[in-house]
Amino acid sequence: MDFISILSIFVLACFVGYYVVWSVTPALHTPLMAVTNAISSVIIVGALIAAAASGAGAAGGTSKWLGLLAVVLASVNIFGGFAVTQRMLAMYRKKAPAGAQK
Amino acid sequence: MEHTTAVNPWVALAYLIAGVCFILALRGLSSPATSQRGNRMGMIGMAIAVVTTLVTHVPVNRMGLVLTGPEGEVLTAGSFVASIDTLAVVEILAAILVGAVIGIVTARRIAMTAMPQLVAAFHSLVGLAAVLVACAAFLNPVAFGIADVVTPLIGPPFATIHPVSRIEMILGVAIGAITFSGSVIAFLKLNGNMGGKPILLPQRHAINLGVALAIVWFAFGFWMSQSPFDFWMVTILSFAIGFLLIVPIGGADMPVVVSMLNSYSGWAAAAMGFTLHNSAMIITGALVGSSGAILSYIMCRAMNRSFLSVIAGGFGASAEPGGAAAASDRPWKRGSAEDAAFLMQQAEQVIIVPGYGMAVAQAQHVLREMGDKLKEHGVRVKYAIHPVAGRMPGHMNVLLAEANVPYDEVFELEDINSEFAQTDVAFVIGANDVTNPAAKTDKSSPIYGMPVLDVERAKTVLFIKRSMGGVGYAGVDNDVFYRDNTMMLLADAKKMVEEIVKNLD
Repeated sequence: MDFISILSIFVLACFVGYYVVWSVTPALHTPLMAVTNAISSVIIVGALIAAAASGAGAAGGTSKWLGLLAVVLASVNIFGGFAVTQRMLAMYRKKAPAGAQK
Repeated sequence: MEHTTAVNPWVALAYLIAGVCFILALRGLSSPATSQRGNRMGMIGMAIAVVTTLVTHVPVNRMGLVLTGPEGEVLTAGSFVASIDTLAVVEILAAILVGAVIGIVTARRIAMTAMPQLVAAFHSLVGLAAVLVACAAFLNPVAFGIADVVTPLIGPPFATIHPVSRIEMILGVAIGAITFSGSVIAFLKLNGNMGGKPILLPQRHAINLGVALAIVWFAFGFWMSQSPFDFWMVTILSFAIGFLLIVPIGGADMPVVVSMLNSYSGWAAAAMGFTLHNSAMIITGALVGSSGAILSYIMCRAMNRSFLSVIAGGFGASAEPGGAAAASDRPWKRGSAEDAAFLMQQAEQVIIVPGYGMAVAQAQHVLREMGDKLKEHGVRVKYAIHPVAGRMPGHMNVLLAEANVPYDEVFELEDINSEFAQTDVAFVIGANDVTNPAAKTDKSSPIYGMPVLDVERAKTVLFIKRSMGGVGYAGVDNDVFYRDNTMMLLADAKKMVEEIVKNLD
């Protein structure tokens, strides 16, 4: 992909982000932060590439270990982020119909 | 010239689908009813991105081989696949597993009141991961497909990173490092390891400007020369400026800081996405970046302060003495738990206004109990949330949800503010500045112009506060304390509400 097509994706995604985020209800702003946190860990893609590369020489070896460490950090974030979001969202419930509430 | 890894259209498509899943994940948050489905979309997107990368980047053992043309130029990348490197595969899967265990255990155990710290900690991890990936890409650019291998006539072959990739990379490492050190400071402040009071260095604006200029200078140098020295200088200075930027910002401004760091973590991911030509990363980065930016904007608007004034820091550090002195000599009424219980039982409608103090006292569960008791007495109970109540956007909503308060009893400021005039009792628990009428009338007040909850319009205001001495974060006295229709309940928030619940039987 050339730079301009990448830039196009980026600019359009910023607009999508703008409209999607404004439609998020303020009550869910904390889960929003938690889930954006989890998805920004898609940076794990870069970490996996680094960790999988056959490192030639010292620099390559270091690069591989940095990649592996980044994989650990990013996956803490992915699993932790989605799990904590799930936990929070499960707590939001509507008013129970009269009588059903204990 | 283009030396990127051969882009398989199916792979590109998979990353695009992952990106779309992330958009749908945020879209789901527009209502609590669709939010869980949205979160699952996010997980699916992440799974697609990770599996695609794993499948297309299987670690292999390579046999070294350099095919050179007649003039010594390298014809092939210099190696061919001999076998799958099982050890590396195991290492990668182990790394994911270790992260997964830590992440899931943390997510399960964390108390809801500690959510702001947790989010700050997670931000720091994204930042650090971005820095590590950028460093890895710098050290081994050929593996990322962002460099050409040049074989000079004399000396060993070396890789020149494409100039555009250099810019993207240096941006990624700088934003990542700022996110990391800034989030660590935010975490320490939110977690109470570091005082919430702003720490003001002398000449901090000059220092920050100097460091920022130095970063730009070294980044420019890196772009020109690909010099390792410039790269590491940018990394180190960015860590430093993240630290310097957040240290002077006080505790109650943390909602803006946390949102801002959220935004940065997105931009860091986007910069790395540019480096790797990966659409999933770019889309995510743009989404997260704009999400954080919008949240910071909403928080700043809710405090009627400019983003720059929050970032400049120091708010609430100097105003304190004046406010505290004026506090003592005006008459005020003290109430007891019995009085409060009696008043609320008689009421038709009670609006509860929670603030950070409720989170500190962990009073949300007993507060919901009080609400239930009141409902048994036929009282309408509503909750009013100010956007900056607590330490992060939506903090109060999560705590109330945790305590099983139905979300349709919880209202935002603009939806409920007109109702205070028809309300019998406004019950303020752990909030202060967000109820201060000075924001509407006193032009000299530091919080003038900030939208506030009109609690003083209610027939009676019950105001839980630990003592009369302290002032809110902004360091200003609150006129509500001294009004005829206000009754101060001086005690720990949780104990007071427990007392009231006992008296409601």
